[in-house]
Amino acid sequence: MEDAGTTVMMNQLPFIIFSFIAILMALGTITARNPVYSVLCLILTFFALSGHYVLLNAQFIAVVNLIVYAGAIMVLFLFVLMLLNLNKETEPVKSYLWQISGAIAAGLVLVTLAGALKGASAYMVKGGPEAEGIGLVKNLGKILFSDFVLPFEISSILFLAAMVGAVFIGKREKQEGGANS
Amino acid sequence: MDSALLIEKIVLVLVILGITLLIATYSTYAERKIAAFLQDRQGPNRAGIFGILQPIADAGKMFFKEDLIPAASEKWLFIMGPGIAMFTACMTGAAIPWGTELHVFGYTLHMQIADIDIGILYIIGFVSMGVYGIMIGGWASNNKYSLYGAIRASSQMISYELAMGLSIIAVVMMTGTLSLKEIAAQQHGINWNIWYQPLGFIIFFTCALAECNRAPFDLPECDSELIGGYHTEYSSMKLGFYLFAEYINMFISSAVIATLYFGGYNFPGMDFIESSTLLGWLQFATLFAKIFFFIFVFMWIRWTLPRFRYDQLMHLGWKSLIPLAIVNMLITAAVVLLKSNSF
Repeated sequence: MEDAGTTVMMNQLPFIIFSFIAILMALGTITARNPVYSVLCLILTFFALSGHYVLLNAQFIAVVNLIVYAGAIMVLFLFVLMLLNLNKETEPVKSYLWQISGAIAAGLVLVTLAGALKGASAYMVKGGPEAEGIGLVKNLGKILFSDFVLPFEISSILFLAAMVGAVFIGKREKQEGGANS
Repeated sequence: MDSALLIEKIVLVLVILGITLLIATYSTYAERKIAAFLQDRQGPNRAGIFGILQPIADAGKMFFKEDLIPAASEKWLFIMGPGIAMFTACMTGAAIPWGTELHVFGYTLHMQIADIDIGILYIIGFVSMGVYGIMIGGWASNNKYSLYGAIRASSQMISYELAMGLSIIAVVMMTGTLSLKEIAAQQHGINWNIWYQPLGFIIFFTCALAECNRAPFDLPECDSELIGGYHTEYSSMKLGFYLFAEYINMFISSAVIATLYFGGYNFPGMDFIESSTLLGWLQFATLFAKIFFFIFVFMWIRWTLPRFRYDQLMHLGWKSLIPLAIVNMLITAAVVLLKSNSF
């Protein structure tokens, strides 16, 4: 019993490390002057968040987060940034009005988030042995296709619509350009 | 985690890493010998008998060459690029079951570093990370050829990852698990997945070629158009890391193909072997025999087929492989459903 304190510390150590990396890299994302470094910092943030998911026993979410966000979406971001070849000279100069309005907007988002999360502790998922396997694929699949089947299907329709929309926009531009065959 | 298990895992990690690096080293030799054989030449034959020390000589040369960092490059990213490529390549081996168990000096060694529930997703995840090494290196070089190579690599890998994932989904539906250990264990004897998933295997194999940037999909480093592609500016051991990472990826891809479709460590007649020690070693040897065969096929294809054009590559990926993989997935789903309902 006497080393209960150290056990708690040992359990929290990965959490602290991941949180530290996540916050540091998130700061790096917004402060880096070079957009490519910004994206790389964001990728490391996703890695740290995946670490958190693993700590919460949600291996599936962790890996999917890596595959989808860090592996695919960020590659596309990096892809576009490399093609744009942004650097200090081409960076648009923003007026103070823009900066102030940006700060106010971001502050309002923060207030909204803080307000929304204020009462969140009341809905804490209870831990313990029965919650151990909650993030495993099997349980996740069962829940997705039973309790949450409607939101799941609706979100997949949303994805489909987004895909069709992207294809449609791409196709229309091609015809206007008249470049292809 | 108790210390015995920890030591076992550390030993296993080191052994697997050592084997991976050794096989990658000798893959370079095998590649040159196979190329020579297919082109009716001798191949390397100066260092040692049959040129067997050639990889060591190559490594020595790489190591002692001058290491240039272009003045206009992003220095840190330029250095990080090969490191990321190598790191992601080495990480993937952790989820592959290299056998069931091995009895060494009275210990029972479980031949899988991490039996994670979602092994196959873990591997896809790290494969998709592999593109960062190439992209970062290519961009940081500040060279147009390198940038072209990096961009080609990323678009190619994203395109082929989709078909790869879809072909794996068919296997996952059939076996009902994402754990590579389970998938391997279900293919007992000669009950291999290839008999049920021939189309899936062809799609997966094609995508594996593209993911490893191997010919006929080696457009990111296509010498005739891009000088050397993403590693044009690299020299010395940094170049060595990139080339080495490719061979490691090839080894891991072969291991994944063998595990997913060709029974992994299973071989026909394995039930008749009574000694579990012998069985353990035979399973280990079987898996490696399969891996070597696939590495050979990779090389055979490289020295036989010409390189695709870039538009052909994209057509193949998006207009042939992905629809085929979806059809394969639907048929598999229908069969699985019918089987679970009526039999």
